[in-house]
Amino acid sequence: MRPVMRLLVLAAVVALGLLFVLPLWRITLQAPQYPEGVVMEIWLREFRGQIDLINGLNHYIGMRPIRQEDFPEFAIMPWLILGLIGSGLLVVLLNRRWLLGVWNALFALIILIGLADFYRWGYEYGHNLDPRAPIKVPGMSYQPPLIGSKQLLNFTAYSYPAAGGLIAFASFLVGTAVFTAECLYARKQGLLCLERRATLPTA
Amino acid sequence: MTARTLSRTALWLLPVCVASIAIFLSGCPGPKQTVATGDAASLVYVPPGQYDEFYAFLSGGFSGQVTVYGLPSGRLFKIIPVFAVHPENGYGYTPETQPLLMTSYGFIPWDDTHHPELSQTDGVPDGRWLFINSNNTPRVARIDLRTFETVEILEIPNSAGNHASPFVTQNTEYVVASTRFSVPIPQKDVPIATYKQNFNGTISFIKVDPQTGRMELAFQILVPGYNYDLSHAGKGPSHGWAFFTAYNTEQAHTLLEVNASQHDKDFIAAVNWKKAEEYLAQGKYREMPAEYYHNVYDERKHMATSRVLTKVKVLIPSECPGIIYYLPTPKSPHGVDVDPSGEYIVAGGKLATVIPVHSFSKMLKAIEERQFDTIIDGIPVLKYDAVIAGEVKTPGLGPLHTEFDGKGYAYTSHFVSSEVVKWKLGTWEVVDRIPTYYSLGHIMIPGGDSRKPWGKYLVAMNKITKDRYLPTGPELVQSAQLIDISGEKMRLLLDFPTLGEPHYAQAIPAEIVMKNSLKVYPLQENAHPYAVKSPEQARVERKGNEVHVYMTAVRTHFRPDNIEGIQVGDKVYFHVTNLEQDWDIPHGFAILGSNTAELLIMPGQTKTLVWEPKKPGVYPFYCTDFCSALHQEMQGYVRVSPRGANVPLTYGTGTE
Repeated sequence: MRPVMRLLVLAAVVALGLLFVLPLWRITLQAPQYPEGVVMEIWLREFRGQIDLINGLNHYIGMRPIRQEDFPEFAIMPWLILGLIGSGLLVVLLNRRWLLGVWNALFALIILIGLADFYRWGYEYGHNLDPRAPIKVPGMSYQPPLIGSKQLLNFTAYSYPAAGGLIAFASFLVGTAVFTAECLYARKQGLLCLERRATLPTA
Repeated sequence: MTARTLSRTALWLLPVCVASIAIFLSGCPGPKQTVATGDAASLVYVPPGQYDEFYAFLSGGFSGQVTVYGLPSGRLFKIIPVFAVHPENGYGYTPETQPLLMTSYGFIPWDDTHHPELSQTDGVPDGRWLFINSNNTPRVARIDLRTFETVEILEIPNSAGNHASPFVTQNTEYVVASTRFSVPIPQKDVPIATYKQNFNGTISFIKVDPQTGRMELAFQILVPGYNYDLSHAGKGPSHGWAFFTAYNTEQAHTLLEVNASQHDKDFIAAVNWKKAEEYLAQGKYREMPAEYYHNVYDERKHMATSRVLTKVKVLIPSECPGIIYYLPTPKSPHGVDVDPSGEYIVAGGKLATVIPVHSFSKMLKAIEERQFDTIIDGIPVLKYDAVIAGEVKTPGLGPLHTEFDGKGYAYTSHFVSSEVVKWKLGTWEVVDRIPTYYSLGHIMIPGGDSRKPWGKYLVAMNKITKDRYLPTGPELVQSAQLIDISGEKMRLLLDFPTLGEPHYAQAIPAEIVMKNSLKVYPLQENAHPYAVKSPEQARVERKGNEVHVYMTAVRTHFRPDNIEGIQVGDKVYFHVTNLEQDWDIPHGFAILGSNTAELLIMPGQTKTLVWEPKKPGVYPFYCTDFCSALHQEMQGYVRVSPRGANVPLTYGTGTE
């Protein structure tokens, strides 16, 4: 990789460290009586925000309370990110285009699994309702949107990546962009993308 | 996959990623528009010195009082003390008013007022009296709209949580009351878990004397142990009937939020009170022992008295067929509101997804054809399809209560979706909706529950205030919104703060009430046993340890204003008569160290402050209501000597 590209990858990898201090995802619930919104944030290691308030509201529709300890993901996610950072650093250190490709694929996999897992939880909480709930609207389920907004009775639920999530996407984007750019560069030089050059230019 | 195709795939990824980031950044929640539009300010502006168009009477909820506002300005005119003591004017502290707050449980300084209801003649508010219920310790009060004072309180025996009250029949023949909390009737010591066997509700009919307004508990109907929530009487063709919502037909006694929300349909109880009168006349009632207070304020004596009643007539539905029917009604109904024509009975099923409207004529037909689902404790349950006139589909979330504009439209409050929904009677179509701030309970249109609504304004009484006013710490005032309903579209005109928690309100054109409003109490009619009608009669009398001060107040002195010879251990009664006969010249009375509230005495009125001095000394008293230019001079002294001192009892005014 060209030095500037390598630096970019380094920045993308280091930026992932911010995921430990920034929220990944934010669900905001707005209702006529909650014009200021009710917020729930997903962080790498925990939920933050007005979880108790949301649980209090959800009990009317018979939704299971959201409890931190029900989510093993919070024990796994920090390691996954640490793994990405570690392997990312290795990519920068070893300076191999194909390694960057593998790292990108790994990252994409983690993102996809994460989103799928998020959807699964949303589905489960939104559909498995207590049949004895005070408010039962025929045909109504309360699955929050994966990304975007959705009307759930008097609440509009907004679900979007927060700063940490955006940084992760940006990091992934940079990795992919560098990989693409390096491939194009390699092609210009008559090489295939994953083809190794006999001698590497010293950085 | 070759390396080349892989590199091409990577190229594609780039725009996808950019696009997805763009999606994330869009569609964030924006601020709400809450500003009144157009000429709203001029529509609610009542120029200085001019009058509002309507009197509005709002219940005080947990303040226990009634508040009087002007509409459309939203200006507060008066707090009428009813079920809670009011130190501002001595209500509930003076011996004259304490009997009003007596109950079979003793003296109670507080209650929870819910629903004001104006007396009606021919189904139209007549501006004579305002009735209001207390929910906690069941009572009904009557306020005289000549004086805007509480003049009568009747305790309801065999009851708890008097919520479906005090709605009136078309000519104020009756005021109703009922049990939101079923209890053992008569009360007894039983396990709570025996709810289904031992608990019952009652529906009470209080007869109102057409001349004096005096209330009398005519009869009670013993009903199954559900929660009877709200009521409205029939009118026009349905005159002679009264309707009550009943929820918790599950008969839960714990965790009602879940356990009382299980049935798809609860009930509206339709009571044929004319039929009940017939049974009563035939003697088909049971006389049950019951202890309850009837407290009446005598406006001439300026004094209330209590009497204890010991019996009540109870009708049992199984013994009196035809007095009560149940109409199945979706999901824990709250309001039951009869339209101006008297044909439609609208329910607010607070967990329902429709607003069901029953038809009175279909109900009569269903009764005639005996279209019963079942019979519960002698009460036939009519078939839903046989009584339903129509359903308003998907009106909003959490429908609670409906009022009418007299122009063919109904307005239903929706707590959960925080909006008023306007719909058309007969077609059941929603024609307009307007948000309120936030989560309203009841709504009120002047005369909106009568045969002739003055359908110009609607007041939404909100349960949540949040950011509507400057913040005042955790405890916020409750907020009402005035909405213009004169046009096709509803328009928000005004926010105004309300006191306590108004659960319902009534309003009436000002001209009906204001012409009867009393300016002063005629002094010559003052029949208070301790009144003094002229300064010469002012005096002090000792009867053992009791000292009675017959005091007058007039601008700008008390008579007597120097009193000596009072001793520690005496019980001193200051009976203060305001000799003024001039409009709006009250006098106040308070004395240093007094352990009770002040007096605020209206012109021509006598009130009493009881004082038990504990230490020797000289105690100033003064007028607390700025009455004139020399108000600050309106004061006096009482000398208190040790017990057994030989200071003679002397008094006077103006002798240096």
